[in-house]
Amino acid sequence: MKTIFAKSRPGRRAASLPCSRVDERFCQMSQLPPELRRSEPAELPEVAEIDLVRHYTLLSRMNFGVDVGTYPLGSCTMKYNPKFTEVAARLPGFAGLHPLLPQLRRGGLLAQGALRVIYELEQLLKQITGMDAFTMQPLAGAHGELTGIMLMAAYHHDKGNQKSLVLVPDSAHGTNPASAAIAGYQVVTVPSKNGVMDPTAFKEMLNDQVAGVMMTNPNTVGLFNPYIAEIAEAAHQADALMYYDGANLNAIMGYAKPADLGFDIVHLNLHKTFGTPHGGGGPGAGPVGVVEHLRDYLPISRVDMRGDGTLFLDYDHSKSIGYVAPFYGNFGVCLKAFAYILALGGEGLKEVSQDAVLAANYLRVKLGDKWQVAFDRPCMHEVVFSAEDKVARHGVSALDVAKALIDEGFHPPTIYFPLVVKEAMMVEPTETESLENLDALVAAMGRIADKAAADPEALHASPITTPVGRLDEVTAARHPVLQEPLEEAEA
Amino acid sequence: MRFTPHTPEDRSAMLAALGLGSVDELFAVIPEPLRARSWDLPPGMSEPEVSQYLAKLAGLNAQNLVCFLGGGFYDHHIPAAVDALISRGEFYTAYTPYQAEMSQGILQSIFEYQSAICRLTGLDAANASLYDGGTALYEAAMMAVRKTKRKKLIVCTSVSPIYRIMLRSYTINLHLELVEADVSDPAALKGLLDQDTAGLILQNPDFFGVLHDYAPHFAAVHELKGLGILGCNPIALAVAKSPAEMGADIAVGEGQPLGLPLSFGGPYLGFMAVREALLRTMPGRIVGRTHDGQGRVGYCLTLQTREQHIRREKATSNICSNEALCALAAVIFLGLMGKQGLVELAELNMTQAAYARERLTSIPGVEPVDQGPWFNEFRVRLPIDARVAVSRMIDKGIAAGFPLGRYYPEQANNLLVAVTEKRSKEEIGYLAEGLEAVL
Repeated sequence: MKTIFAKSRPGRRAASLPCSRVDERFCQMSQLPPELRRSEPAELPEVAEIDLVRHYTLLSRMNFGVDVGTYPLGSCTMKYNPKFTEVAARLPGFAGLHPLLPQLRRGGLLAQGALRVIYELEQLLKQITGMDAFTMQPLAGAHGELTGIMLMAAYHHDKGNQKSLVLVPDSAHGTNPASAAIAGYQVVTVPSKNGVMDPTAFKEMLNDQVAGVMMTNPNTVGLFNPYIAEIAEAAHQADALMYYDGANLNAIMGYAKPADLGFDIVHLNLHKTFGTPHGGGGPGAGPVGVVEHLRDYLPISRVDMRGDGTLFLDYDHSKSIGYVAPFYGNFGVCLKAFAYILALGGEGLKEVSQDAVLAANYLRVKLGDKWQVAFDRPCMHEVVFSAEDKVARHGVSALDVAKALIDEGFHPPTIYFPLVVKEAMMVEPTETESLENLDALVAAMGRIADKAAADPEALHASPITTPVGRLDEVTAARHPVLQEPLEEAEA
Repeated sequence: MRFTPHTPEDRSAMLAALGLGSVDELFAVIPEPLRARSWDLPPGMSEPEVSQYLAKLAGLNAQNLVCFLGGGFYDHHIPAAVDALISRGEFYTAYTPYQAEMSQGILQSIFEYQSAICRLTGLDAANASLYDGGTALYEAAMMAVRKTKRKKLIVCTSVSPIYRIMLRSYTINLHLELVEADVSDPAALKGLLDQDTAGLILQNPDFFGVLHDYAPHFAAVHELKGLGILGCNPIALAVAKSPAEMGADIAVGEGQPLGLPLSFGGPYLGFMAVREALLRTMPGRIVGRTHDGQGRVGYCLTLQTREQHIRREKATSNICSNEALCALAAVIFLGLMGKQGLVELAELNMTQAAYARERLTSIPGVEPVDQGPWFNEFRVRLPIDARVAVSRMIDKGIAAGFPLGRYYPEQANNLLVAVTEKRSKEEIGYLAEGLEAVL
């Protein structure tokens, strides 16, 4: 499809601006001197509103979301996003609220509703995780990780500890080592044994240089690490902090809390566990919780309550790491997650984890007939399969399976991750797919398995039902075309 | 409220397939001593109950407040088509387009967004978005450090003080030298630039709303092989000398003015564009145009070897989720404004601000601080502490501006006033009359 730039015609327009009712001379007064003006206007599209609305509506029809079909993209928790939360976030009292308002004297009184959302969400997240305090500032999961490592650094600096290493298991999300590295730490990878981080190897690698360890539990292969208490105890003896990547919290709500597992810092992905939409890549939100002895380092401002019950922004924390975001986080996302938690309540959240784990195990058993399960024992909310045997026998890879699933009407699982499983296919059905949908996925995967044996060429050719087939990614990277060339738009 | 579709029969059928009697058995792997000892969450609520509660909380926030607050975040009109289009479930319930064939919609929209940002900044390549203007500035600073292998960053004090605090927070553990000084005058810059300077960070319009030509600054930093980083307001880019025309290597900014609600601080949009030479050190997702086996044009994520899911600890950034839906809103907004409309919007903002400036500086005791020229924001010096004046105005239903003493202690009497196209002549009149009455 042509780009919006290619649909442009000189003189066409959609903008509707108010006429200035101030005197013409202010127009003259505000003119820029030539040395401050740009030489040519930016070549933005010139289209009528109907052209633009059709263009993006047609583009939306070339896109697949949870609202379209089953989206078992492992690690991303692509559950249903309730519609009423969208309405709440668009209420003028929230959407129109300027973030600087509560920083004005008496201005905080005009933002009590928004401050209450942050305050009450903090109380709920504390109860869900067992942590003692939360900041809503981090703007995504990886941003929460970076914030967490900055908190770790602040703690060690404050204690006078000279530590330079962060331990990360080999099954970790790529963001974990990346976050530790950009925060100034050297990353050391700990091997897994039978799917989970090996406590013996961990203890051998632990020394007084280790500032902390980043784990997710259950981990990225969907397995709960039963040695977590032993690992946490050893880490704490070395004065290393335990960091919990909350990407997989959807597995354990109501059954276990990160604080009880020995974690000191946790980030949550509100857009995964608490049902806020993923937006085609974002925005998310990554609140960070800590145990009591790390509270002082949290970013400022903190929302606190006065004796009279009014809420205010508290900046008076001398040990704080400062600002990780300009204001109070991705407030609109926090608001939707708050609405979601209120709607489900404690029992509803526990049921989320039950149904998510039940669905993953159901797929593990049902798909296990025709597909190799990476670790054949009960899993938590996600399960990893391997196409290694299909590659060996039929030359059909995880990529081929993914593309064939697209033709079957499903979003494929995460492929080639985690790195510890060859030809990995990581399936996370979530709690919101019905039994019929799970059975349909099983049937589709069954047909693909049969086709892999009978007609592997057909799988190499997939997908064939989409607007484009497999794209030439090598050319895309070697000769990058990253914007519409100007000449093309004019032609 | 529950969003899980399973009936008791469905659950029983699934458990039977697993040979289990109860769902609790699935959690047996969690050792008993580690099990949650409490789960003190409130009971669930129905959709009308939660909606009513949230509407009540929304009602506790300012209603009908006339807002002259800016500071990098502006109350612009958002055309209805923006929300109508980004509310399509195909867009907003999708995730990062890892499977390109079924994600051409979001991929093409990002490509168009990248194109629009390149055209606004005049630079060669833009990424698919970063979290916000502040984190974009931090990422730009880190790019300069990596690219030059140097340790010193010079930041002008007229760069947003909020972003400067963020920069300080992020770099505290990185053994960098962060020099904050007023280098608006290129002569002041000369003494600070040296062979260890990785980058110079400036902002246009600056935090006080004043527009500059930073070409001499960037020429000076280039002489020493450092990089020039410019923070920009995307609507001002319609009329102001572009980052490319000034010689900047990296342009970043807050995209909120492009069709995103203020929403109490987020979600917002960090944009970034760079010169071609810096492309492979840029953070974040990037979409490229390519073709399939039949020669059909398509779009995919590209240059992924920079990213965390491939490079892990050697990645250029840790970013994974970004602000894709906000980027979609921005490109829709820019399309609705169009080539001419965006210029008119920028000029209207400037005209309105000029009117407000004259009204305010006509008040006895209120003085201009800068010589201009300005975009849609300016500072005035009041005869009293600006915090006091603003608190008195709040009671009249007007957020009169941002008292600069909050971040610049020596500017206690200075007030930063933003005026967008949404402020009517009458509202500007209330501001002037109200302010005169409280001084």
